[in-house]
Amino acid sequence: MSLFSTEQYSTEQYADAQQHRLLATFEHEDDLLAAVKQVRQQGYKIIDVFTPYAIHGLDGAMGLKPSRLTWVCFVAGMIGAGGMLWFEYWVGALAWAIDVGGKPWNSLPSNVPVAFEAAVLLAGFGSVFALFAVARLFPGKQAHMPSDRVTDDHFVIVLDQEETQFDTKQVESMLSPFNLVELEERVVSAGEYQ
Amino acid sequence: MADSTQQTLVPTATELATLRPTLISGDKTPAQVTRDICAPIDRGPTGLWWAAFSVALTALAIGTVAVTYQIAFGIGTWGLNRTVGWAFDITNFVFWVGIGHAGTLISAVLFLFRQKWRTSVNRSAEAMTLFAVVCAGLFPVIHMGRPWLAFWMGPYPNTRGSLWVNFKSPLLWDVFAISTYLLISAVFWYVGLIPDLATLRDRSSGLRKKIAGFFSLGWNGSARTWSRYETVYMLLAGIATPLVFSVHTIVSMDFATAVIPGWHTTIFPPYFVAGAIFSGLAMVLTLMIIARKVMQLEDYITLLHIETMCKLMLSMGCIVGLAYGTEFFIAAFSGNPYEQFVFFNRAAGPFSWAYWTMVCCNVVIPQLLWIRPFRRNIAMVFLITIVVNIGMWFERFVIIVTSLHRDFLPSSWADYAPTTIELATLLGSFGLFFTCFLIFCRFIPAIAMAEIKGVLNDPPRERKPNKPLEGKPQGDAA
Repeated sequence: MSLFSTEQYSTEQYADAQQHRLLATFEHEDDLLAAVKQVRQQGYKIIDVFTPYAIHGLDGAMGLKPSRLTWVCFVAGMIGAGGMLWFEYWVGALAWAIDVGGKPWNSLPSNVPVAFEAAVLLAGFGSVFALFAVARLFPGKQAHMPSDRVTDDHFVIVLDQEETQFDTKQVESMLSPFNLVELEERVVSAGEYQ
Repeated sequence: MADSTQQTLVPTATELATLRPTLISGDKTPAQVTRDICAPIDRGPTGLWWAAFSVALTALAIGTVAVTYQIAFGIGTWGLNRTVGWAFDITNFVFWVGIGHAGTLISAVLFLFRQKWRTSVNRSAEAMTLFAVVCAGLFPVIHMGRPWLAFWMGPYPNTRGSLWVNFKSPLLWDVFAISTYLLISAVFWYVGLIPDLATLRDRSSGLRKKIAGFFSLGWNGSARTWSRYETVYMLLAGIATPLVFSVHTIVSMDFATAVIPGWHTTIFPPYFVAGAIFSGLAMVLTLMIIARKVMQLEDYITLLHIETMCKLMLSMGCIVGLAYGTEFFIAAFSGNPYEQFVFFNRAAGPFSWAYWTMVCCNVVIPQLLWIRPFRRNIAMVFLITIVVNIGMWFERFVIIVTSLHRDFLPSSWADYAPTTIELATLLGSFGLFFTCFLIFCRFIPAIAMAEIKGVLNDPPRERKPNKPLEGKPQGDAA
């Protein structure tokens, strides 16, 4: 097999591949948080956690890095402000300069309000569209989730069962002190819940 | 394990509950929250809803007829004259923009201040903002007289030169401020709605599932998405906060940059922003008091919420009162006879009835809210909010009309009275606002479920034991 062969990892094969997942369901955010900490401490790999609402401290417990979307917001805002300032200068002083009440053609103070609004508009839309892009959210998308109740009252941890040292019995006894509601093994197509 | 000193310092759940009432009463579980908040949507429209909707729609129809008439025959159908060039339309515009401000205050500013009580009211307050800004935006367009040329306000290359828009004019700043405000409010509202639309999708069937499914963007409650979502929500709150202050500041500059005595004052931006939030809070309270009763959401919008909003409204009312006083003082102190005359004319001229209505409604009557039993009396609060709504409409009327009707030249002094067309247009804007709001209450969860679920345990309280998993030992979650 050559170095660049795609034989082993072809897209079709990857999509068809089946993966084993263990789904642990909880009914309380405290249980979920404690269980996530425990699972990570024991070295198991968490594919994802599904919750009906944002849980304070969960990203820390899962070891998620802070989102870089703040940069998108900042850069989009700067483009909005800079772009609009330039456009106002071009319109007011270059393209068709008009004397308005004796103000200078390039009057910075009177250009600020619209530049500010443009900054806010671009920063807002930029960060929201960036969120949709990185979280792969788009209109009409089919939701892939472990159970319908994760948008209601259930908290689910999805664990990777593929690893060789994975011991389902051990995981079960590790999680049961956290008021485990349900433990389910599921075979899913690759990429599901990711 | 914490040491003994620390243990005595940390209050227990029961102690906390006695210190501070719970945000949501009725000891709800997340599943109950979903059921309760979706109940008005599941139940379908009640007789009361149809009655309210018919009234709102009728008002909207009357307004539409009036606007069509004035577009067909021109703005000569109004009571304006050469001296009073702005009156009813601009009053309505400023009034509606102001109403919108409380929605953003609750959704963005209180979010940054970590005020958890906002979760019960933010969704409907944001919806209110959206509909109020739509109502507001219509008035300057109608006021143009030739609304089909409204696109001339946009900076686009055209066949007249290109003759560009005048970026040095506050009226153009207004175009950008109001449209940005509308778009950002809509995005903020929609982003907050996505998790709830997913909840709605997963508990419905048929057409509602399809529509909610389409707009919930495949939301699945993944913690990775939540983490990014929270970041973006905070960013939106962070940019909406200066935005909301900029919007009414710019609206006030429509007046403050003019040379008209009574308008040309530096106090206008903060005075307008405080007034906007004051009137908006009154409108939020009016709507919430009706909604909690009609939609049976008393456990979610409790007396605690009403009382807190009353306190906010009272503080804003005091700032507005202070601004009224400051305006008079500065006019007297300025030594400028024109400025002095305008303020004397406001309080003692032909429109003094409007001025004193404004002072009574905005400064005197809200002082009742200092008294706790009044803040907790819902009928009383409702009446006060209506009074404040009326007072704040008159504030804009007083600022606009009394400053204009007796100008520098006594020979051009004129009176002003609205025509039926103007009154019908105002009625129509209320019709539009309530029609939109009633449709919102009927089809969209009126309270942010995903946010309420996060504050159910605030302040922390004793936990109920979970249902045990069959055959599994129960242990301590700690």
